[in-house]
Amino acid sequence: MQTNFTPEQLKDPATARSNQILRTCVHCGFCTATCPTYQVLGDELDSPRGRIYLIKDMLEAGRPADEKTVKHIDRCLSCLACMTTCPSGVHYMHLVDHARAHIEATYRRPWRDRALRWLLKQVIPHPGRFRLALAGAKLARPFARLMPDARLRAMLAMAPKTIPPVSRNDDGQTFPAIGERRARVALMIGCAQRALNTEINDATIRLLRRAGCEVVIPEKFGCCGALTLHMGQQDDAKTRARDSIARLLAAERDGALDAIIINTSGCGTTVKDYGHLFENDDIAAEAARVSGLTRDVTEFLEGLGLPDRARTEGQGARVAYHSACSLQHGQQIKSAPGTLLTRAGFRIVEPADPHLCCGSAGTYNLLQPELSSELKRRKVATLEATSPQIIAAGNIGCMMQIGGATDVPVVHTVQLLDWATGGPRPDGLGAIA
Amino acid sequence: MMQMPEPDASVLSRREAIVAALRDAVPGAVIDDPAETRVYECDALSAYRCAPLAVVLPRTTDEVSRLMSLCHQHGVPVVPRGAGTSLAGGSMPTADAVVIGLARMTEVLEIAPGDRLIRVQSGRTNLSVSGAVDGQGFFYAPDPSSQLACAIGGNIGMNSGGAHCLKYGVTTNNLLAVTMVLMDGTVVELGGPMGEAGGLDLLGVVCGSEGQLGIVTEATLRILPKPPGARPVLIAFDSSETAGACVAAIIRAGVLPVAIEFMDRPCIRATEAHAHAGYPDCAALLIVEVEGTAPEIDEQLALIRDIAQGFDPVEFRESGSEDESRRIWLGRKSAFGAMGQLGDYICLDGTIPVSALPRVLARIEELSQDYGLSVANVFHAGDGNMHPLIIHDANTPGDLDRAEALGADILRLCVEVGGCLTGEHGVGIEKRDLMTAQYTPADLEAQMRVKDVFDPRWLLNAAKVFPLDVSASRRNARPNRGRDAA
Ligand SMILES: Cc1cc2nc3c(=O)[nH]c(=O)nc-3n(C[C@H](O)[C@H](O)[C@H](O)COP(=O)(O)OP(=O)(O)OC[C@H]3O[C@@H](n4cnc5c(N)ncnc54)[C@H](O)[C@@H]3O)c2cc1C
Ligand code: SF4
Ligand code: SF4
Repeated sequence: MQTNFTPEQLKDPATARSNQILRTCVHCGFCTATCPTYQVLGDELDSPRGRIYLIKDMLEAGRPADEKTVKHIDRCLSCLACMTTCPSGVHYMHLVDHARAHIEATYRRPWRDRALRWLLKQVIPHPGRFRLALAGAKLARPFARLMPDARLRAMLAMAPKTIPPVSRNDDGQTFPAIGERRARVALMIGCAQRALNTEINDATIRLLRRAGCEVVIPEKFGCCGALTLHMGQQDDAKTRARDSIARLLAAERDGALDAIIINTSGCGTTVKDYGHLFENDDIAAEAARVSGLTRDVTEFLEGLGLPDRARTEGQGARVAYHSACSLQHGQQIKSAPGTLLTRAGFRIVEPADPHLCCGSAGTYNLLQPELSSELKRRKVATLEATSPQIIAAGNIGCMMQIGGATDVPVVHTVQLLDWATGGPRPDGLGAIA
Repeated sequence: MMQMPEPDASVLSRREAIVAALRDAVPGAVIDDPAETRVYECDALSAYRCAPLAVVLPRTTDEVSRLMSLCHQHGVPVVPRGAGTSLAGGSMPTADAVVIGLARMTEVLEIAPGDRLIRVQSGRTNLSVSGAVDGQGFFYAPDPSSQLACAIGGNIGMNSGGAHCLKYGVTTNNLLAVTMVLMDGTVVELGGPMGEAGGLDLLGVVCGSEGQLGIVTEATLRILPKPPGARPVLIAFDSSETAGACVAAIIRAGVLPVAIEFMDRPCIRATEAHAHAGYPDCAALLIVEVEGTAPEIDEQLALIRDIAQGFDPVEFRESGSEDESRRIWLGRKSAFGAMGQLGDYICLDGTIPVSALPRVLARIEELSQDYGLSVANVFHAGDGNMHPLIIHDANTPGDLDRAEALGADILRLCVEVGGCLTGEHGVGIEKRDLMTAQYTPADLEAQMRVKDVFDPRWLLNAAKVFPLDVSASRRNARPNRGRDAA
């Protein structure tokens, strides 16, 4: 597409990058077909092509973001289905990140919005505070109807029924490989995940060790920055990312890492993009090193190989695999989880419209509860239509979102892989096999 | 640069009343904030842009009817829009127009595999029509390259075709009936489930009428059983002319492949750089696909191989597996995206007699040199439907004008050799002013009289298809309208 930036505007590296992205878009509209919000709303303003146009307009004019533009950008899930679909390789992710930063810098949100975003930022990336909040939410749930804002009600509804105790496995330490050591890896333990579900990291550690990995848990790990990055708060995101990079690379003091393993794919997409985020900063090389080492746990295990199968129960159980957007679109990891689950003895079924987002999308379910619940409803319907005994996903956000709307047990892919290779039976599987 | 008529000042001055009336008619479906209407200012031909007065997104035939009758009453022009993938500017608005967008009308209304038909709302995408009957072993044959996104209503508007139309025909050959709303709000049914309605073939008139006769809200489409198998071959040549001659020979021999696709060197190179399909680096290649049972496929491919040998191909690559077939098609399917990496493009769409292919390709090459703009060719060669893509830089002043002039020369060339201005993308605004190269004033007058019958006030998509000076007297005859310059 033609663009209209002045040479002055193009001196700003972020604008130059956006111009480059906009120039590759041919306005063909293919991306509209796979955009979840366009599927639900049927308005080009809520499609990738429409958002790209809004962003182009906003950036070219160099004017503060207006309410309408903000509304449609806010509705974007950052699921990146549009990037998978686009035949021209338009890097929508970098474009929308720039747009969000521009909005954050130039637009004053209504106070409720600001308060809510502030609250999320103060709580979610801090496992201690998040645990407290979840406990509070449990107590507050009976009063939910009194809440004036649908978004606050969504927060209450999202809190899990039980909050697991802190897992000491998440403390900084090194777990030796079981058997011959084949790799040395660092595990990114996530922030919110640690408060919501400790089983995922525990299972990942067991599984990796059995597969021959020495597993380093970085000291006092925080948040990767994804949460605030998606709110357009680049500076905050970069502070958190900087800290994460330092802590991850500190693990290399006792020996080089073969990989940095992530089991929350939402974070994975962001960490793999650190190289770009810090492109023009002093830690460009370190950031690129971290990005280069980062692997989703399934991506890594597909290469390394699973430990031998040790289990006879549950073999052949029917597992509906839900592909998290951050895995299938953000990281283009499509077949690894299914391949591993099949190798581990499960029967994998794929729901219709597997490319569509479940509506969880980080904090989206809290900030856009209506669209989010509609997407959840559709996703759960297509998953249940496959009559699964278990639903598996590779991202805590999707697990919470889907789990809240179905009676079928929802577990993380690594929990099943761990179980199949000698680990404990995942909680909540009930009467299966 | 393309002229558009001056907007109707009387409509613009009544803007608020019109928008309020639209809101009343279909609540929750009207967009009129200028920050938002801009997103609807163009289709896939983004060089031409004009934001509309308002956009309305109805959900039912009844809502469309209410909107149309209201616009008719207020004398407001209407531009129908499907998915906005037109490459001819067909769904580009005018400033005084209300865009009626069909994107929310995506329901499947009826599937009757026994009768081999499906009835859908017209905003449903082409590919999802096939998707709806896939489980029953059927498909909808016309397959524009844009089939993932383009809507059935737009396909009917442009009488769209695709790679597989060589065997199955274009939209008009697969359309059985429509429900259509006329400009005054009247709802009419044309055609019938068996395709043979009595009287004049009005359905044939509507298909390809570029949103100028009415808004199609529902369509009954022919579905076909999926073929038992299909296999492509890739044939590479050291000159475009030889590849063109080979196409002509295949058609002459009476073989009927489902598709014969053509790509030339600039296109092959761009595609390789972008999609890495593993194509040979040659001057031109053909992808020929045949369908049927395994023995039928073998027989047809043997025949094609014999014919191709006569043209000294530099490579003849048969597919031995699903994966190889996918790879042969991969480059073709990524071609438009790949070309976008070379720069901005205008995608032309002319049709020529297949026998004229070698000559026309040679002449395009000369023109491309004269204008100093590269032209890449990727097209449905089997039916002579060419898509030269003119690569230019939209950010360089003057480049677009040169690209347009080159495009006009190429299309005139198509008409000269006995072909036609458009194969499947339609006239829109892109080819509007070239219509006189193909049709006499009497021809155009006859075509406009058809529009007079359906839309006597010339409110529906009226700035398209006919050169502005030719249609001026009709467009200006609207009551309350200020005259425009043309
Ligand atoms: C990359 C790319 C590749 C393409 N490849 C092909 C191809 O292989 N073959 C091909 O034929 N085309 C192709 N096209 C062109 C385009 O996709 C087709 O013309 C398509 O049919 C347009 O459908 P749409 O829904 O996007 O319609 P729109 O662009 O929205 O509208 C097209 C025309 O139809 C009218 N219209 C839309 N809906 C209705 C309705 N419900 N009732 C009445 N009139 C209506 C509009 O007013 C307009 O004049 C391609 C386009 C792109 C961008
Ligand atoms: S598919 Fe890609 S090129 Fe086409 S409109 Fe969407 S982003 Fe632009
Ligand atoms: S990221 Fe997802 S929601 Fe956002 S525009 Fe792309 S496809 Fe649509």
